[in-house]
Amino acid sequence: MRFRRISFPISALLSIAAILLYFLHGLNFGIDFVGGTLMEVQTKAGPADLAKMRGTISSLHLGDFQLQQFGAPNDVLIRISEQPGGDAAQQQAVQKVREALGNEVEYRRVEVVGPSVSTELLSYGTIGLVLAIGAILVYLWFRFEWQFALGAMIANVHDLVLTVGFMSLTRIDFDLTSIAALLTILGYSLNDTVVIYDRIREMLRRYKRMSMPDLLNASINATLSRSIVTHLTVSLSLLALLLFGGQAIRSFTATMMFGVVLVGTYTSVFIASPILIYLGVGRTRQGEPEDTEAAAPVAPPTAPSATPPKPSPPRQRARARR
Amino acid sequence: MLFFTRWKAAGILLTALVVCLFALPNFFSEHTLRYWPSWAQRHIVLGLDLQGGSSLLLEVDTNAVRKEKLQGIADDVLRILRQARVPFTGRAIRGNSVEVRITRETDVDNALGKLRDLSQPVGGILGSTGQRSIDVTESGGLITLTPSDAGLAERIRQAVDQSIQIIERRVNELGLVEPTIQREGADRILVQVPGLEDPSRLKQILGKTAKLDFRMVDLSMTSEQAIATRPPSDAEILDGEGGQKYLIEKRVLVSGGDLVDAQPGFDQRSNEPVVNFRFNSVGARKFAEATQQNVGKPFAIVLDNKVISAPVIREPILGGSGQISGNFTVQQANDLAILLRAGALPAPLTVVEERTVGPGLGQDSINAGEHAAYVGAGLVVFFMLVTYGLFGLFANIAVAVNVAMIFGVLSMLSATLTLPGIAGIVLTVGIAVDSNVLIYERIREEVRAGRTAINAIDAGFSRALATILDSNITTFIAAAVLFYIGTGPVRGFAVTLGIGILTSLFTAFTLTRLIMAYWVRMWRPRTVPI
Repeated sequence: MRFRRISFPISALLSIAAILLYFLHGLNFGIDFVGGTLMEVQTKAGPADLAKMRGTISSLHLGDFQLQQFGAPNDVLIRISEQPGGDAAQQQAVQKVREALGNEVEYRRVEVVGPSVSTELLSYGTIGLVLAIGAILVYLWFRFEWQFALGAMIANVHDLVLTVGFMSLTRIDFDLTSIAALLTILGYSLNDTVVIYDRIREMLRRYKRMSMPDLLNASINATLSRSIVTHLTVSLSLLALLLFGGQAIRSFTATMMFGVVLVGTYTSVFIASPILIYLGVGRTRQGEPEDTEAAAPVAPPTAPSATPPKPSPPRQRARARR
Repeated sequence: MLFFTRWKAAGILLTALVVCLFALPNFFSEHTLRYWPSWAQRHIVLGLDLQGGSSLLLEVDTNAVRKEKLQGIADDVLRILRQARVPFTGRAIRGNSVEVRITRETDVDNALGKLRDLSQPVGGILGSTGQRSIDVTESGGLITLTPSDAGLAERIRQAVDQSIQIIERRVNELGLVEPTIQREGADRILVQVPGLEDPSRLKQILGKTAKLDFRMVDLSMTSEQAIATRPPSDAEILDGEGGQKYLIEKRVLVSGGDLVDAQPGFDQRSNEPVVNFRFNSVGARKFAEATQQNVGKPFAIVLDNKVISAPVIREPILGGSGQISGNFTVQQANDLAILLRAGALPAPLTVVEERTVGPGLGQDSINAGEHAAYVGAGLVVFFMLVTYGLFGLFANIAVAVNVAMIFGVLSMLSATLTLPGIAGIVLTVGIAVDSNVLIYERIREEVRAGRTAINAIDAGFSRALATILDSNITTFIAAAVLFYIGTGPVRGFAVTLGIGILTSLFTAFTLTRLIMAYWVRMWRPRTVPI
């Protein structure tokens, strides 16, 4: 548990850096949230001539636009910023580009989001995140003690902040699928936190006199091999998606990879668990460690099977408070 | 934990089997499926991002609905007060209400009573809310009629319903296959057309209100005079083709609602594209009367407040059919005919969101998704075998059943599979493995604690399952929120993730345990092979 003296300042610094990044560097908001047009086109003959295309589109006077190579050399991503003049103006812009580029290209994807929708999508996304955190908080509060719920929430907000910082740093498109990625990271890293918390709760019941840092260490160690195996399998799944899942979900999988693999694991071990000390879990226990077998904490063979096969929440809660 | 009654074991296996079997229709073509019973035909629908197609989100112009409602109230006020022979002044639309001043104080109560009849309970027969469509107030002879929020909401709901019907007709007239048209929120309509690569024409067709009127041209002054001075109160200036201005009477002779048919064709003399139309009997009678009275005068065909043409009536048109010509191209004539057949929208529609995926990208995405799924599954299967040996095999069986069950449930729900949805399934594989990992690691611990193999397995299961439940419910909450707020592809991800969590809970709690129980009973192991 001594690592908390290092991990907390590091996390605090990283979080501050992420927040600064967000405010100074900003996020690369996709059209879902700022409106505008996204077109993915593929030239039919040979690699795309970006300079020529740029000329064609700039002659249309549609304000800010970006051209970008996207995967194969004949794939081009065109983004046009939101046109002034409401929803109908966006449609006219697309029509103009379609006419200008004509039949030389195949239109693989066209997305147009008008101003009325984009503001809504952003607020829905934010509401969704807050709602999810709230709902999970309430659930953990019911199943554990409030300190656990709060600790999990702090850990998860920390995860989300770092991930958003990552997205800001890498300029990954921040769109609706990013919200999906953030929510999944949230669920997943909670999953991990809950597994450790579950064990901490069990140890708290069993070893009444073990000191809190020792108990946390023991719990983390007990779940460590599980964490490693699970994270490896999830990483393998994500790696497959990242490498073979195609461009369309690349930003999604990259975000997931960062959030789930890097942050989620680190957080549940180095933040979510030690924070319980500060939140006052087990404050009443004595400092003396009862058992020094911290590396391999095991259930004594004689111990009665404490957990019922299918846990009924009320009973469980009563035990936790004892 | 490891004991199952025969019935329970059979129940578990049967449930898993039946759910998996529901995935079967996906492997057969539509053609074969037609001979299956209808309950077995349900299958997964590919999202537009996978099969290609166009998705348009349309917004009904609620402002126009409000304006129209106010105009309607103003017209009703005029009609009612005239019928009741109540003198009044200053009938006007002001902001969100209609105002009218009753001249004689003695008439106020009478007028108020009559005007209150305009207000109806909102919600028809089921209107138990007690709200009325119009709030009528009076102070010092000035009567104010304000449409209530509930009344307006009701009107907007009707407008959206009507629009959906009209859109359906227009889309069908265009010959597009399997469109889905559904309401989104209070004032939006989602139109999805699989396989449509370029929605330009669809947008054009849906963007027109197609309100057609036949009206007389006002000849009391020229349009230039009217612009310079002021048009007469019962006429207005409307644009025509090529910047021309017309002074047109506000009174409508016949409206497009009285049309029964409209077909594109060619004019017999000039050979230019025209639209031939036919009125119903009421329209035909009105049109005949109007043309009889106005021979030699011009009338105007007005579409969406624009004059298409203003021909002179050469002779009375009694047959109830006619022709619209207006320098159309063949395509324009065709489109106009479609619009007239399908009817007018109650309010203008705007496209607020468009997402179109070409068939090339769709196929690429399917391939990429399949590829990633195979590689991901292969890696996980291999890793589990290496780490846990025989138990790894058990885990792999559970995960395979799990994936089959996800497809089964998706088919039962006729759910839409999107690319993020495939990502959800791949991720679920990772999460489903976690349940097994939790169990196995727990068993390992119990073995280290000195328990016998069977005891350790039993204890490992009972302890791990509580953890599995807790950790999965938190992820499920995230998936549920995602489903609730998400649209389109994101929702697809939430669906597969949520279903994946449920099925992996099922397999962890039943199937994995069952396999383990059989294994223990068959081999009576002394040591645990992990």
